Amino acid sequence: MNKSRLPTDWTATAVQRRTRRRYAAERRFRLMGLAAVWLSAAFLAFLLASMVWEGLSGFRQTRIALPIDFAAAKLAVTPAQLHGRGADLALAGAGLENAVDGAATRAFGPGGADLISDGAWLVVRDAVKRDPALLRGRTTIAVPVASAIDVAAKHDGTPAAEAAVARLQARGLLTTSWSGGFLTAADSTDPTRVGIWGALKGSLLTMAVTIVLAFPIGVLAALYLEEYAPRNRWTDLIEVSINNLAAVPSIIFGLLGLAVFLGTFHLPRSAPLVGGLTLALMTMPVIVITGRNAIKAVPPSIRDAALAVGASPVQVVFDHVLPLALPGILTGTIIGMARALGETAPLLMIGMRAFIAAPPSRLTDPATVLPVQIFLWSDDIDRGFVEKTSAAIIVLLVVLLAMNGLAIYLRNRFETRW
Amino acid sequence: MTPKISARDISVFYGAKQAIDHVSIDVDQDNVLAFIGPSGCGKSTFLRTLNRMNDTVASARVTGEILLDGEDIYASGMDVVQLRARVGMVFQKPNPFPKSIYENVAYGPRIHGLATARADLDALVEQSLRRAGLWDEVKDRLSDSGTALSGGQQQRLCIARAIAVDPEVILMDEPCSALDPIATAKIEELIHELKGRYAIVIVTHNMQQAARVSQQTAFFHLGQLVEFGATSDIFTNPREERTRDYITGRYG
Repeated sequence: MNKSRLPTDWTATAVQRRTRRRYAAERRFRLMGLAAVWLSAAFLAFLLASMVWEGLSGFRQTRIALPIDFAAAKLAVTPAQLHGRGADLALAGAGLENAVDGAATRAFGPGGADLISDGAWLVVRDAVKRDPALLRGRTTIAVPVASAIDVAAKHDGTPAAEAAVARLQARGLLTTSWSGGFLTAADSTDPTRVGIWGALKGSLLTMAVTIVLAFPIGVLAALYLEEYAPRNRWTDLIEVSINNLAAVPSIIFGLLGLAVFLGTFHLPRSAPLVGGLTLALMTMPVIVITGRNAIKAVPPSIRDAALAVGASPVQVVFDHVLPLALPGILTGTIIGMARALGETAPLLMIGMRAFIAAPPSRLTDPATVLPVQIFLWSDDIDRGFVEKTSAAIIVLLVVLLAMNGLAIYLRNRFETRW
Repeated sequence: MTPKISARDISVFYGAKQAIDHVSIDVDQDNVLAFIGPSGCGKSTFLRTLNRMNDTVASARVTGEILLDGEDIYASGMDVVQLRARVGMVFQKPNPFPKSIYENVAYGPRIHGLATARADLDALVEQSLRRAGLWDEVKDRLSDSGTALSGGQQQRLCIARAIAVDPEVILMDEPCSALDPIATAKIEELIHELKGRYAIVIVTHNMQQAARVSQQTAFFHLGQLVEFGATSDIFTNPREERTRDYITGRYG
């Protein structure tokens, strides 16, 4: 028996001090956790706010009211030519661009042609195509201004541009309004004419290739390794290799893609097909690892239950294990796809950093992707690209959010409790 | 009368460890056979050899011969899927599929093609749930999740699921150990009703339960079959010292 001892004095100062210290430690820990959460929330809010602040003006366009006297310009084009496919060519051949530049010089004085965007005549062209009657008289069309003027009108530009803006604003010629052009155009050397659609479409095509390859292969690999493969040295080796593959720096995958897809198989350079293949290599290990964990989490009792009513192994997998593991698999897939969507380095290696002025229409067309486009624009010396870079980041973030939203929706839909 | 299942000289090994040591036993068509014994004595392992559920354990190895209606179930020509449809199983912990009550019961008949028309399937589901004594409790909520039922109802749902594929033998691995006394009583009642239609083998820790539900009892100890005979004999007049010690509560 233990020796008789005094009953514990729970009111002693030592005990009270210990209690106080315990409470203090509790409070400290909670505060630190709260601080960590707030810090990350603040970073996120700062990122979003600064991107939106900088980028929203990228969706706006400054326009100038340009008076044009088509009758005086005497364009060599007949009304019949303005219908159908040849209209663009006919107007270009008739010297519309010079006519527009001339009108700008007449309206805004010497150097007036430099105030309007290089693409201003395209706006005039489209207006004429919509209403050929314009060609018979005088009219005023709002055309985009040159990049330097646009920057000066929206933020602060060079002294010369600021002076021009002040002069034009005094005459009430400038307007700034929302423009859908950024969402529908592709890359350009002129910041007033650039758009994100080319890169967005490139990203979507690339992602499509990635998911079509990485998801089925990743899920099948995970199912085989978890449900069928015997546990031996070979499967251990495969498991270690897959884990290592998931940790390989992405640029290495780019080199691999360059050597294998371009070098050996001679697939087209800069194409979403090759980008998708490369990113699929990178995404697959992530899907395999998260897929295996999700499959492992399915209770063995469910497998027993299915086997005991006479389900074959394939029926067990497809009727029970896969549906129950699907929410987890989808979560992993989306994490992998989000990483692939934001990936730049491997795509640089396979040539997706080229200047592509037309949106890709096929998987083998040259294309670029959103993060590469952001990288390219952020590198450009023209100040007009600053806000376009931020605007492109907004588009990228919106696409990412949409993907995550889809993931959460799918997960909740397939989620079952047992 | 020829036995439904005849196990001859069965040994089971997990790797190098021997879990069952040369056990021979017959399962009669019309009786309930109870396996009793202390934890780890191999009674569940032996039960799982009867429908080859041990196949899922990679290290398990079975020697000997098990005849179902005279046919060796470990022969290379035996189809495991068909075997498990003929020899159904109910587990210790109720394990309904996380699907609707209807789907739980309909799954087996569907994969075996027992009922293709919707009406036939409906009838089969109703019949199975009635036989499992669950129909009146769930007939209005067949589309509810099977996992939302109480533990006892879940176990009866698992029995209905096993019945639905029209097995010849039902193996029950401690079907009441996770249930309260009332749910246990219902399952025992159900076993009485199912007796005769199916050959039933039940593993139990509860000796009173074995005495109540079974006509024959087998006592396992350390992987060996110590005593096998009519339940009344085993409990009132055991031949073996170890059996007597176990049923009087000396160990186990």
